[in-house]
Amino acid sequence: MTAALTRQAVEDFLYHEAALLDGWKLDEWLGLLTGDCVYRVPSNDAPEGDPKSTLYLIADDHARISGRVARLKDPHAHVEFPHSRTRRMISNVRIVDRKGDELKAEANFAVYRFRREERVSTFVGRYRYTLRVVEGVVKIASREAILDAEELGSLGAVSFIL
Amino acid sequence: MVFLPTEWRFRSPRILAHYEAMDDFRYVLNDPDRLDFRVNRAAMVDALVLEREMRRIFDVCWIYVGHASEVREPGDFVTRTICGRPVILCRDSEARLRVFLNVCRHRGAVVCRERSGNAKGYQCFYHGWSYDRDGCLDGVPGASSYPASFDRREFGLASPPRVADYRGFVFLSFDPDARPLGDYLAGAKEYLDLVVDQSPTGEMEIIRGTQEYAIRANWKLLVENSFDDYHLMSTHKTWLDYMKKSGVQIPRPPKGHVMPAHGVGRALGNGHAVIDNENFRGRPVAKWIPLYGEDAKPEIERIRSELEARLGPERAGRVADTNRNLVVFPNLVVNDGSSVTIRTFHPTAPDRMEVTAWALGPRGESAKARAIRLDSFLTFYGPGGFATPDDVEALESVQKGLASHREVPWSVMTRGIDKEGEQLNTDELHLREFWIHWDRCMRAEAP
Repeated sequence: MTAALTRQAVEDFLYHEAALLDGWKLDEWLGLLTGDCVYRVPSNDAPEGDPKSTLYLIADDHARISGRVARLKDPHAHVEFPHSRTRRMISNVRIVDRKGDELKAEANFAVYRFRREERVSTFVGRYRYTLRVVEGVVKIASREAILDAEELGSLGAVSFIL
Repeated sequence: MVFLPTEWRFRSPRILAHYEAMDDFRYVLNDPDRLDFRVNRAAMVDALVLEREMRRIFDVCWIYVGHASEVREPGDFVTRTICGRPVILCRDSEARLRVFLNVCRHRGAVVCRERSGNAKGYQCFYHGWSYDRDGCLDGVPGASSYPASFDRREFGLASPPRVADYRGFVFLSFDPDARPLGDYLAGAKEYLDLVVDQSPTGEMEIIRGTQEYAIRANWKLLVENSFDDYHLMSTHKTWLDYMKKSGVQIPRPPKGHVMPAHGVGRALGNGHAVIDNENFRGRPVAKWIPLYGEDAKPEIERIRSELEARLGPERAGRVADTNRNLVVFPNLVVNDGSSVTIRTFHPTAPDRMEVTAWALGPRGESAKARAIRLDSFLTFYGPGGFATPDDVEALESVQKGLASHREVPWSVMTRGIDKEGEQLNTDELHLREFWIHWDRCMRAEAP
C-alpha cells in the first residue's frame, strides 16, 4: 500500500511539514494529521517510555494538539508572542518499517529557535514518524521528537511545535 | 556555591563597602501600621545578595534532596546537585536511606557519575579509591605506600551534617545545629500529610521521567509564582480557554474574587505557606472533569470511594476537594491538584535557576489512574504544558524589567494586608510570609 512512498517521497513530505511549521502555518499543518494522531516529546532522561506510565514533556492526542494550535495562534500564549522564529534542518531520513497502509520513518533534526535579544536555542534530536496513506494521501499518524540533550536545561521550554 | 571569589571583596573597596552596607539595607519593607509591604528589587539582581543567601539560607535550612521511592533496594542510587554540591541519595547495605557528598576523600573527584542505578559501591576513576555501599573506604590502590598512621576509617564518603525524611520526603541540612526536621516543617507537615494520605498503600512514589529546565530569573520569583493565584486569569488565559472548551465549568468569579472558585492563603510558619483552593480544575484523587474522558469516570469514582472508606468522609473531603500549592521554605514546591508535582530549584546566578520537576503518585495505583494523573499533569504543567511556559516567560520578563531596579526599586505586595481573618489565594499573605522569613534569615548573624 505504501510502496509508492520512496525515501525521496518521505523526505519531500517531511520538508513540506517543516516549511509549514517554520512558517507558522499551523492550521495547514493540522491538516497533515490523522484524526487519531499523537504528538510526543519524552522527558530527556526517559527517551523510551509510554506516556501512560512515564512523565513526558508533551504527550498530545489529536484534541490536545488542536488545543495547542489554538493556543499558539492566540497572542495570550505569552511565551510564543511574538512568535519565535524557527528553522528546521532535517536529515538522515530512513524508512524503518512498512506494514499495510502505514510506514515508520526516522530522521534527525536540528531546530534553531530565535527570539529578540536572546541567544539562539538549538534543539537537536531525532524524529520517529508513523505515516499512513489515507485515500491516497499521506498523513501523520504519530510523530515523536526525542531530544538528545541530557536535560532541557537552557532550552527552557518546548513552547512551539518541535 | 560562591559567586564572587571571597578575595574580590577585599580587593575592591567599592564592593567591600557595598557588602557591609547590606547589613543596614532593608530589602523587605514591612510596615503593618501603614499597611505597607514592599520588596526591594535589588534582592533579585545583586550578586552579593545571592552569595549571602547561599550562606544564610541554603547552608542553614532543611533542603529537599529527593524522595525515598527513588531508591528502594540496597545499592540503589540517584545523583543530583543540591545547593551547588554533587550528592548521592542512596540505600546502604541494609537498605537505609543515606545521602553522601559525591566527592572522593583522596583528591576530590566525583565518585559517582551516573544519573541513577544500583551500585555495589562507588569507585573514583581518578586514582581508583573505592567505597562500599555504606560509604566506607574499602579500596586504596598501592595502600602500602601510605604511612602506618593512615587510617582508612577516617576517609569514608562524607555525608551532609543532617539528613532526615518526613513521610518519604528526604531533606538535608548543611547546618549541624539545624533544629529537627519536623519542627522546621511546622504547619507544612499537615499539607504533606494530605499528599501522602491519597495513597491506599500509605506510600507515594516518584514516577519515571524528570523535567529539568533552566529559567533566566531569580529563584525567589519562582517561589512567588508557584503560589500566586493573582496571575492565573491573565497569564493563563489560553489554558482556561482550553479547559472551558473541553467542557470544564469555569464559573464567573464571585464578587470580590479574581478566581472562579474560593481559595485561601495560609502562612504555615518558618517561611512555609500554602494556597488551598476549592477545586474546579479536576483531581486524579478524586474529582472527575470532562477533560479526563467519560471512560475515566468509574475509575475516579472508585478512587473516591476507597478514600472515603479508608479515611472517613470528612478527611476524604479534606484530601480530595481542594487543590493546594505548598511552598516549603526556601525552594520546595508541592502542587497537589491537577496532579501531584514536586518541584525544586537552585540558583546558579542572580538571574538564573535550575528547576527539577517530578510527578508523584500513589504507589500501587491502577494503570488507568496513573495514565489519568500523567495526562492531567501535562495539560497545565511542565516545559510543554499549556501554562508553565507562560509562567517562565513572565518570570524572565520580570527579570528583564528589574534591570531598572535603581530607578524603580520597590515591588508592592500588600494585597489583603488590611483584612482581618481569612486571606484569599489571590491576596498576598502567603508571599509576605515567605519574604518576612527570608528577611529574618538574611539579617540573622551568619553561622
